[in-house]
Amino acid sequence: MAPATDGTTTTEADAAAVALEGVGRAYGERVALRDVSLSLPRGATVAVFGANGAGKTTLLRILATLLRPHAGSVTVLGGTLPADGWKVRGRVGLLGHEPMLYRELTVRENLRFHARLHGVAEARIAELLDVVALAPRADDPVHTLSRGMAQRAAICRATLHAPELLLLDEPYANLDPGGALAVAPLIGRQAGPARVLISHDVEQGLAEADWVLGLRGGRQAFFAAAAQVELKDVRGLYA
Amino acid sequence: MRRVVGALVRKDLRLELRTRESVPAMLMFSVSTFVLFHFGLDRDRLAGDLAAGVLWVTLLFAAVLGMNRLFVAEREQGGFDGFLLAPVDRTALFVAKAAVLLAFLVVVEAAAVPAFAVLLLGPSAADALPDLLAVLLLADLGIAVVGTLVGALAVQTRARDLIVPLIALPLLLPVVIAAAQASSPLFAEAGAGALPGRWLVVLALYDGVFALLAFGVFDFLLED
Amino acid sequence: MVFGRGLRALSIASVVLLTSAFALVFFYAPNDADQGFVQKIFYLHVPVAIVALCGFVAGGVYGLRYLRSGDRAHDLRSYVAIHLSLIMAVAALVTGSIWAKASWGHWWVWEEPTLVSFLIVFLLYACYQPLRFSIEDPERQARYAAVFAVIAGAFVPLNFMAVRMAESLTHPRVLSTTGGAMPGDMRLTFLLSLAGMTCLFVTLCKYELASKHASMQLRALKRRLAGDDGLAPLQRSAAPQHL
Repeated sequence: MAPATDGTTTTEADAAAVALEGVGRAYGERVALRDVSLSLPRGATVAVFGANGAGKTTLLRILATLLRPHAGSVTVLGGTLPADGWKVRGRVGLLGHEPMLYRELTVRENLRFHARLHGVAEARIAELLDVVALAPRADDPVHTLSRGMAQRAAICRATLHAPELLLLDEPYANLDPGGALAVAPLIGRQAGPARVLISHDVEQGLAEADWVLGLRGGRQAFFAAAAQVELKDVRGLYA
Repeated sequence: MRRVVGALVRKDLRLELRTRESVPAMLMFSVSTFVLFHFGLDRDRLAGDLAAGVLWVTLLFAAVLGMNRLFVAEREQGGFDGFLLAPVDRTALFVAKAAVLLAFLVVVEAAAVPAFAVLLLGPSAADALPDLLAVLLLADLGIAVVGTLVGALAVQTRARDLIVPLIALPLLLPVVIAAAQASSPLFAEAGAGALPGRWLVVLALYDGVFALLAFGVFDFLLED
Repeated sequence: MVFGRGLRALSIASVVLLTSAFALVFFYAPNDADQGFVQKIFYLHVPVAIVALCGFVAGGVYGLRYLRSGDRAHDLRSYVAIHLSLIMAVAALVTGSIWAKASWGHWWVWEEPTLVSFLIVFLLYACYQPLRFSIEDPERQARYAAVFAVIAGAFVPLNFMAVRMAESLTHPRVLSTTGGAMPGDMRLTFLLSLAGMTCLFVTLCKYELASKHASMQLRALKRRLAGDDGLAPLQRSAAPQHL
């Protein structure tokens, strides 16, 4: 598979947060993603559904510039990947399965480290900790936190640099309702940035999304506006 | 770049202080190995080539312990991703990790070399100290550069603890050769002799070549 | 992409060159004054050693080309070059050892810097296949192997320099021959043997490349017939299995 890059950026692509065209990625023989195309306007949310192994995480990692696409064109926030990866990196926030926090360091030390990496002022750390109500535990090592609190800390890390695009891999998985409410200003719909949201909670995912991408076996099952997608379409992906 | 390297180094030093995984192990290993050599060679005092050889082989194996651990936190706790997502030059990770490994080696040697002098060394090393420091520094630079490269190479494989010594030891052989040849006159029976400068040049050359190589290839180890 | 171009011509050339080289060794080249007939193993040992070293460096060059272009064919070439050079290196060590035993009485001599350097290089490259085998993701395997090939390739000359400096101070070369210019009949035999070995190495590389590529194509065809899931997945392997 030879990568085909879309060299020109039209005004439409500039306006879109994410534009994928025929994107593919393989691991040796095994094709993880094949021919995925979508376009996401700024500020909008696309929910990605699919069974385990359907390629959701691969897609997210390609958007995060962590994986190179093997086919097709990927445009994120106006930059064509992988060439413009360095331009795009600091403007994207990834919340993956791993919290990406060092367990032996405190929450504050972790956030301070990431702040220095991204060139973010330290005052923002205190701000975020207050929003997610983690300030009292901020000086405890991460391995002493419960999963829900660690998730909140991870969300702080992912949004520390005020990204314009949020890539969220099951963000609410470990959170109790209180926690989910607390992080809404950072990663919820009203937070502002465009979002790519992977969720296994079909109803909640549909409720939060403007667009829906269904993946089955690495291929695109459908990409449509959320209003036109019914529950049974999504449930069909898991059959 | 400096800010990023500083942040990475500070983070690693803080982690090491908290977990105390690498440095104590490297130090204890060195001292135990000196004891082993005493019994294995059945000697009370060493001098000249033998002393240099024992010292350098021990330091090398202790360094391998450090190399094994160098990238483990990144691998297991998502540190690679966290770094790769930042809008920074990826070589900063190499520089930071090499600096950290160098720091570990310096700290370990600050205790292990005196331990060696007390336990095994016959002639007094006090006169030779500045020369010995020069050799130690140059050799440590080479070990840090190669060790970081091999550590990064091995951390993503399944047999990490085996691959590191298998690859690093042959690669570091010129360092051992040069360091041992340079330091054996310093441990001479009759009193410390002159340091053969030629070997310092070899060490410096080795350090330079591998540093350049590392700058060239390290990025490829991080991308996907 | 065709890997096996010119295989027949190369094979014939190898056979011809090597046979004539061996003929010359036995019937034409002079017997060495000091070491006698046994010295003639030099005509086998040194060409094999030279070819092995060039093969390792070539592996590094192909590794570098892979890193820059992402074309997995270069990774395949790098793998084959290093893997065959390793076999040649073993041959060099064995022939060197036989020569040492015959002329010096020991199976191994530390005084010969080339032999010692070879041992170190062999130990290093012996890790190449285990390294590849321990990485499952094929693309990462290729990339890491290429990085290793580049580092190791750059290491080879450094290593030879360092070892020679360490040994030559105290011991004279054991396995050298005339030390400087070779007389005409020796030179001819040596060059012919070198040419033959090089030809053999290139031929073997091409054979292996063609064979691996054919297997890959066969598998791709089978996959197309049976569907993506119809075929058993590839077993872990140190060799590249998919271009």
